[in-house]
Amino acid sequence: MITGAEIGTFLSRRRGIGRLHWSDWLTYGYLLMGVLIVLLPILWMILSSLKSPAALVENDPRALPYEQITIPAADGKSHTVFLWTRSDGVAVDVALVGVRGLNARVFEPGRPDTVFEVPRASLQRKETVAPRWDNYTEPTIGSTQSRTFNFLRYFWNSSFVTVVATLLTLIVNAMAGFALSKYRFAGRDAMALVIIATLLVPPTVILVPLFITVSKLGLLNSLWGVIIPAVATPTGVFLLRQYMLTIPDELLEAARMDAASEWKIFWRIILPLSLPALSVLAILSVMWRWNDFMWPLIVLTQSEVFTLQLGLSTFKGELNDNMHHLLAMTVLTLLPVTLVFVVLQKHITTGIANTGLK
Amino acid sequence: MASLDLRNVKKAYGATNVIHGIDLSIRHGEFIVFVGPSGCGKSTLLRMIAGLEVVSGGEIAIDGTAVNDVPAAERGLAMVFQSYALYPHMSVRQNLSFGLENLHMPKDEIARRVAEAARMLRIEPYLERRPGQLSGGQRQRVAIGRAVVREPRIFLFDEPLSNLDAKLRVQMRVEIGSLHQRLGNTMIYVTHDQVEAMTMADRIAVLRDGRLEQFGAPLDLYNRPASLFVAGFIGSPRMNFLEGTIEAVTPSAMTLRLKGGEAVTVSCAPASGAEAVGAAIKLGIRPEHVTLARSEAPDIRLAVTLTEQLGGDSYLHGTTPSGETFSVRLAGQTSVRRGDDIGLVLGTPTLRHVFNAATGVVYPPI
Repeated sequence: MITGAEIGTFLSRRRGIGRLHWSDWLTYGYLLMGVLIVLLPILWMILSSLKSPAALVENDPRALPYEQITIPAADGKSHTVFLWTRSDGVAVDVALVGVRGLNARVFEPGRPDTVFEVPRASLQRKETVAPRWDNYTEPTIGSTQSRTFNFLRYFWNSSFVTVVATLLTLIVNAMAGFALSKYRFAGRDAMALVIIATLLVPPTVILVPLFITVSKLGLLNSLWGVIIPAVATPTGVFLLRQYMLTIPDELLEAARMDAASEWKIFWRIILPLSLPALSVLAILSVMWRWNDFMWPLIVLTQSEVFTLQLGLSTFKGELNDNMHHLLAMTVLTLLPVTLVFVVLQKHITTGIANTGLK
Repeated sequence: MASLDLRNVKKAYGATNVIHGIDLSIRHGEFIVFVGPSGCGKSTLLRMIAGLEVVSGGEIAIDGTAVNDVPAAERGLAMVFQSYALYPHMSVRQNLSFGLENLHMPKDEIARRVAEAARMLRIEPYLERRPGQLSGGQRQRVAIGRAVVREPRIFLFDEPLSNLDAKLRVQMRVEIGSLHQRLGNTMIYVTHDQVEAMTMADRIAVLRDGRLEQFGAPLDLYNRPASLFVAGFIGSPRMNFLEGTIEAVTPSAMTLRLKGGEAVTVSCAPASGAEAVGAAIKLGIRPEHVTLARSEAPDIRLAVTLTEQLGGDSYLHGTTPSGETFSVRLAGQTSVRRGDDIGLVLGTPTLRHVFNAATGVVYPPI
């Protein structure tokens, strides 16, 4: 286990002894820049997802979600509250009734009957920090009539595609990697080379033939049409094959002497020992499948089978921009991938180190 | 227990022949050691017996039944690998029981066998540990245990001790020996270490370049090596070889003329008798059979270049007048020093071995 002290030692590791060497400054500065470049857009998105639509339209540059204070009005509406700086320099709260030219008609809270006019320039919005959790709840657990975005349905579709496709990817690629690394047969290396060479074919080139194939198989508007075509990946085969090459043949021979079938050797010996590489591929596959947009967009046209990414794209309409919903739902969409990464990241680093893959 | 017969067994990788037709007959309960230098084909031969390599020619028979086409899993053999090949992701207990589970053995029988093997090999405290948490000697015992629980017809060992330090190697050698006595199984053991071969084997098969040089009991190999190679391979320190020619052959003895001009009498002769006079030979004499010449006339002189005093034994290394290196092993301690020129007696005529210099074949005793 890594203790807090160890993390502290790691984070404060430096070249200079006792004080910071100039190269430490350079290193930390460089690393900090990288962190900011990666982190800032996400941070901005998370913070913005809690802002009101009005604040988003205004492009409010402040980090926290500010909202103007209101007080209820007699007719059921509400008055916005401003801070009025009087000519003597004292600031008092006033509620806005209406605007007339350069002046605003206001009253002091508690005395709604005495409406008076002040110059608009002397007013300043009185705001408070108020996160808009509605952005999250409205498209997800809000009433179904009022929305076209069916979060739970999309979430289920995306999860189904990701989980099933990742499992299939792992099994199929592991089998291919096993065969290409541990069996001797004519044309083995040529076959491995051909599989890896398909990495050079741009996905857009095979888009049309792939679409025709999927369509002829009747898989349009089916999640299986999204899952099956990309199950076998050259990256996965390559990654697993390279890793399995490092598993000693003697282990397999020992298992054969132990009367294990080849199938059993695969399940009981090869797969458990390939766990680091499998984790890497699992993370990659989850990210690919969860974030995939292009292929689902082509295969899926009915909203019942939309994945989250397709669902998100519906927010960006021709006439309306539901920016607040879009941001909130994007944050939700990011969460599962982040969690998967956090859980498997221990394996991904060792796996990458062991496969020599960068 | 099982007998094993190899009949003209061959192995070729493509056009390269690595085993050139080996005949070997192993009886029930024998401890057989395959010994030879690296690349002699001993491990390949073992793997062919195990079923891990395809037999290119000839026949391997266990208990009289040819098993050439029987897969490794069904031959009923167990093998201990040089690298132990323990499953790193399984506990010791799982390592031991994996093979039995594959045979669909009842759970209680598996537990009984694992417990028995663990007790016998003293690995009970480690049953729940992973191989990575064990020392080399413990891993070795687990690897043997994995073979023992299978109760195989034949045990195969592929250089099992080569990864251990010298002390542990001696200890494990004794343990494997006593295991053989207790179980009484047929065991085949591959090593390149002639000391292991001599101490453990009932019979030794000496292999060289894919051919069987000699097959026999350890002392037979030591006392009557069939070839120059076996003579040089068995015995430590190595046998001394001196070049020479046959000078005369009589019915009771043969006289040799060594390169340095010395005449030596031996009690062996080529089958062709007097026809062989003049043939080039090599005279072999073990360092421990050479003695210092005291009252008697020396057979050969030696310029000592190095002495090693081990307390109980002393080794003298030097060169003969003809420039050949020569070693002597003396019991006890010696006063001979580097730079001394000493006279040696080359044992009695029966301890001298003579080999044809061209073919390496020994001349049989008269």
